[in-house]
Amino acid sequence: MAVDNMKTNKVVALNALEKRRFRTPWQEAWGRLIRNKAAVLGVVLIVSFLFIAVFANVLAPHNPLQLNSGKDFLPPSWIETSASGKHGDPEFILGTDTLGRDVLSRVVYGSRVSMMVGFAPTLIIMLVGTFVGLMAGYYGGRWDNFLMRLTDVMYGFPDLLFFIIALISLRDTWLGQFMNGLFLLFFALAIINWVGVARIVRGQALSLKQKEFVEAARSIGVKDSQIMLRHLLPNALGPIIVQGSFLIPGMIITEAVLGYLGLGLKPTTNPDAFFITSWGSLMLDGQTSINAQPYLLLAPAICVALVVLSFTFLGDGLRDALDPRMRGRA
Amino acid sequence: MSAYFIRRILWLFPVLFVVALITFSLMHAAPGGPWDRDLSSRQVDAGTQKVLNAYYGLDKPLWRQFTAYVFGDVSSTTDKFVCGLVCGNLGPSYRVRGSTVQDILFKPPKGKGFEYSRFGYSLRLGLISLVFAIVLGIPAGIFSALKQNSLIDYLSGFISSVGISIPSFVMAIFMIIIFATTLHWVSVVPKSWDEAKAWVLPAAVLGFGTLAFATRLTRASMLEVLRQDYIRTARAKGLHENIVVWRHMLRNALIPVVTILGPALAGLVTGSFIIETMFSFPGMGRAYVTAISQRDYSMILGTTLLYVLMVSLANLSVDFLYVIIDPRIRLEE
Repeated sequence: MAVDNMKTNKVVALNALEKRRFRTPWQEAWGRLIRNKAAVLGVVLIVSFLFIAVFANVLAPHNPLQLNSGKDFLPPSWIETSASGKHGDPEFILGTDTLGRDVLSRVVYGSRVSMMVGFAPTLIIMLVGTFVGLMAGYYGGRWDNFLMRLTDVMYGFPDLLFFIIALISLRDTWLGQFMNGLFLLFFALAIINWVGVARIVRGQALSLKQKEFVEAARSIGVKDSQIMLRHLLPNALGPIIVQGSFLIPGMIITEAVLGYLGLGLKPTTNPDAFFITSWGSLMLDGQTSINAQPYLLLAPAICVALVVLSFTFLGDGLRDALDPRMRGRA
Repeated sequence: MSAYFIRRILWLFPVLFVVALITFSLMHAAPGGPWDRDLSSRQVDAGTQKVLNAYYGLDKPLWRQFTAYVFGDVSSTTDKFVCGLVCGNLGPSYRVRGSTVQDILFKPPKGKGFEYSRFGYSLRLGLISLVFAIVLGIPAGIFSALKQNSLIDYLSGFISSVGISIPSFVMAIFMIIIFATTLHWVSVVPKSWDEAKAWVLPAAVLGFGTLAFATRLTRASMLEVLRQDYIRTARAKGLHENIVVWRHMLRNALIPVVTILGPALAGLVTGSFIIETMFSFPGMGRAYVTAISQRDYSMILGTTLLYVLMVSLANLSVDFLYVIIDPRIRLEE
């Protein structure tokens, strides 16, 4: 009986060990990530903003383009009387702008642009950057030299200045008109930022290709493309993901800054358009009435701050989860 | 080492050249010329356009315009050679008639010193915010590391997280709404920039990101140094705690902090144009944003080049400083 008991105990223990052993590094990283409260909070906020962005047409209480005559410049509904002597209206929770358009609806629609700008260019950047970085790191030589010279020039050129110049000079061409100016913005963002990803992947590839497992793979005749895809890429994926999660808030900030300068997406009055306005252009609109109606500026500003904070939390969490050695570093 | 720096300084020229080339080509890819852009104001008729194009050399082939901009060309009106970018001539402004880009940027108003020029204003603002960031950030980082996991550590950790992630122009909006429109401590548009009070908000907002970054980096680097053997040795041989902190820890912990000064300066320079516009600050950044809205191409081109030059010089001087303070770095190998 006792022996039997010991046996089952042993089996249970072995089973537990087995289970532990079969957790892949990715599963372990996932476990570390979901134990990070800030990162989980970030994910929850990001998912809710994504939800709002996708279903903006259902969630917005009013048509964001409808001009409510006589109801312009209303303060948020909880304010009794604003500086301009208007009373809050429960129908317009965040009040209305200079033309009487519902602020809450416009902010809800603005989330579409920010979410799109966060994800779309980042995806392109990751693909291109990883490809070029792997090639440069693995083959070295001419590819590598070209990449390094290019990054030297790019580092000298402040990103924001490049975006401004590109968006101004091309905004009246077909490229700038496409997708109401959004396509050009994506294009400019991608052109500048892939270099940073490529440089990181290159560094990873450089150090990984010296490792024994790559040498072993090469000695049994594995093709170069397979070595890059099967051996280098999975091992470099952690830093690539972390880099990506830090790129996204940068994109969102850049879009907001450019929108604030009146560049990027042109706010449209076409009711069929998917992207109607952006948080940046909303802030530009609100800027003129900062004294009388600070709410116009505050609503989009808080949204930008929240989204950016969420992505930063997620990025920090991912970095700690994927590379525990980096924990606590700046 | 000097060979390395000579190489780096020489590398500046191709970088500036490429930047000028990119900017120039983008500017000329825009449809139309500088005269028919502004639909809101009076249109320039065809004859005048022709005269203006000839005056500014815009009727010449593109490559000639570019070499004229960079190196200089013989002026068509006076038959004299006008030196280009290589002599520091940024060309005439297309919008502010009769003055050159360098006049707009560097010339102070009559009877005032250089610090009252647009460039001077921006330089002062940038330096004040850098000093603000360093004077507050580094001690905060040191203190957080020495009192790790204390309340102050958590507080400064929270503030620096916020400072790093919230973009400066959003921060500016919050600050203006809190301190100017609600509390009325400062006015949104100050009457004169000679008052010290007016500078507080723009400098604090501009420097806040750098402050947060400096705090984080100092803390991380101090924690790294705290665990080193030579610190234990210093304590073991009975040195006073002050000497351990000041002589042994700080000297080593601050080396990585110096590296962020380059990117920080660059961030202060390029971040400034948003902040300057928001606070109606009479600096170079606001002139740049105005030039953007007026499509003053020569002004945009010239200011961009000036920004790039400043960022490159900042990075270069920080690398130089780094080698001087850290004898472990050898560049030749």
